[in-house]
Amino acid sequence: MSFNVDKIRADFPILQQQVNGKLLVYLDNAATTQKPKVVLDALINYYQTTNSNVHRGVHTLSMQATDAYEAARTTCQKFINATEAREIIFCRGTTEAINLVAQAYGRNTLKTGDEILISQLEHHSNIVPWQLVCEQTGAILKVAPINEQGEIMMSEYQTLLSSKTKIVAINHVSNSLGTINPVKEMTMMAHAVGAKVLIDGAQALAHVNVDVQDINCDFYAASGHKVYAPMGIGFLYGKAAILEAMQPYQAGGEMIQTVSFLKSTYAPIPQKFEAGTPNVGDAIALGAALTYLTKIGRENIHHYEHELLDYATQQADNFPGLRIIGTAKDKISILAFVLDGIHPHDVGTILDHEGIAVRTGHHCTMPLMEFFKVPATVRASMAFYNTKQEIDELFCALRKVQEMFE
Amino acid sequence: MSQLGEQLRDPLRELYQEVIIDHARNPRNFGTVSNVTHHAEGFNPLCGDQLSLEVEIENNKIKDAKFKGTGCAISTASASLMTQFLKDKNVGEAEQIVKEFIDMLTQSPKIEHPNLGKLTVLAGVHDYPARVKCATLAWHTLDAALKREAKIASTE
Repeated sequence: MSFNVDKIRADFPILQQQVNGKLLVYLDNAATTQKPKVVLDALINYYQTTNSNVHRGVHTLSMQATDAYEAARTTCQKFINATEAREIIFCRGTTEAINLVAQAYGRNTLKTGDEILISQLEHHSNIVPWQLVCEQTGAILKVAPINEQGEIMMSEYQTLLSSKTKIVAINHVSNSLGTINPVKEMTMMAHAVGAKVLIDGAQALAHVNVDVQDINCDFYAASGHKVYAPMGIGFLYGKAAILEAMQPYQAGGEMIQTVSFLKSTYAPIPQKFEAGTPNVGDAIALGAALTYLTKIGRENIHHYEHELLDYATQQADNFPGLRIIGTAKDKISILAFVLDGIHPHDVGTILDHEGIAVRTGHHCTMPLMEFFKVPATVRASMAFYNTKQEIDELFCALRKVQEMFE
Repeated sequence: MSQLGEQLRDPLRELYQEVIIDHARNPRNFGTVSNVTHHAEGFNPLCGDQLSLEVEIENNKIKDAKFKGTGCAISTASASLMTQFLKDKNVGEAEQIVKEFIDMLTQSPKIEHPNLGKLTVLAGVHDYPARVKCATLAWHTLDAALKREAKIASTE
């Protein structure tokens, strides 16, 4: 396999540092990923050579900035195999993308008694925007249950779908458990009852292949910072015809065609949904991150990450007093667990002393924690720059945690 | 302590002192009070720690204090030590201790805190800003209970 993890690690300056006297072991990639040098360079280069406002200037830098910004849009389009670049709307991230759909689509189309269907696996950011729109429209939120492994129960999902279902909003990959949902099948089932489908792709984009034409979803939301790009940039994919029919989300400059005090007209998509000066530098850096991943080869990355998951799961299975939370058949490289009698926050503090960064808590999925009857979990989420040696170090440190509490 | 435990650096042992581990594993006063006069619920929205505190006060004196809930070692030990400490204190003393304890964790751990006695085992938490709220949850809840505040005490 043409995958050299040492070479990959050299691309990430942050991984070279020590934390609490130990070489950093960064296993919190589901919270945010680290940035390779090409991404940092893209940012610096943009601000050193190109920085200018887009879509309005006739001067050289403005045109260069516009070209680079639009090229980044095309990179995103190709990365998820969208039909057209104008189907990509840049925004702050997945949360803003979901809110955009909830407000600009949901609020304007939902009526009292209509239903929005989500799942028990959702992140708060794919729950609360829908609760808000339910309050605004009188629509009802329905929740598809999961089984003990942390997989959506497809028969229950099917039962919950009806002619009342207008929107289905499901994550592609669970941030707490790593479960990969069968989004293509779920989209097909939702379309059969006439519902529109939004896929929350925050955890998926970096770890599984995303082909929005194949999934056939109506919307796909993603965050740059979970895919090795900066925080504060992300995108919403939407089918062109649906986006065109939608009302704007926010209003201001960039999103207009003409403005008069009597009536203003809106720009065509994607600008219609990009009010105000966009985050040009971070969009370009996002493009650089996706290009970097494509160059390494997404199949190589996914294959390697799967090896890491198998390795970590095997160790976890043989670790006394450890219970894995989330054992779906189809998973990305997330290992969530609890240790008998030791609270995840204490585990997290002690691991930090060993230079190991994991996430502990409810991971913005409180209903899911309730399902598994745990107040919180420890979550080790791996990326393609992690190594088997780091996983060994994690389990070695976990033994120290248990020693401490003996 | 075992050999492996010895290998952990001192600051960690300063945080997780034997007393704290002991109270976390075997919390004292875990349960409910029969003649509750004051109670409050505590919640840390950041980590989901929950605590329910019941107190019996008679003639301005704390006769009994018990707690229930889920939390980390720091939060459980803090609640356990607090309820032990409260017995037979009068309300004014308890209010003063709340102030002094929270001050120890957020302001001045190095200053002597003679009034806090055994509670000073928790002073090390000061060096772990992410964990200070774990240690103060029980105390914010006590503060709410003494003030008979109906609302849920929150660390936020």
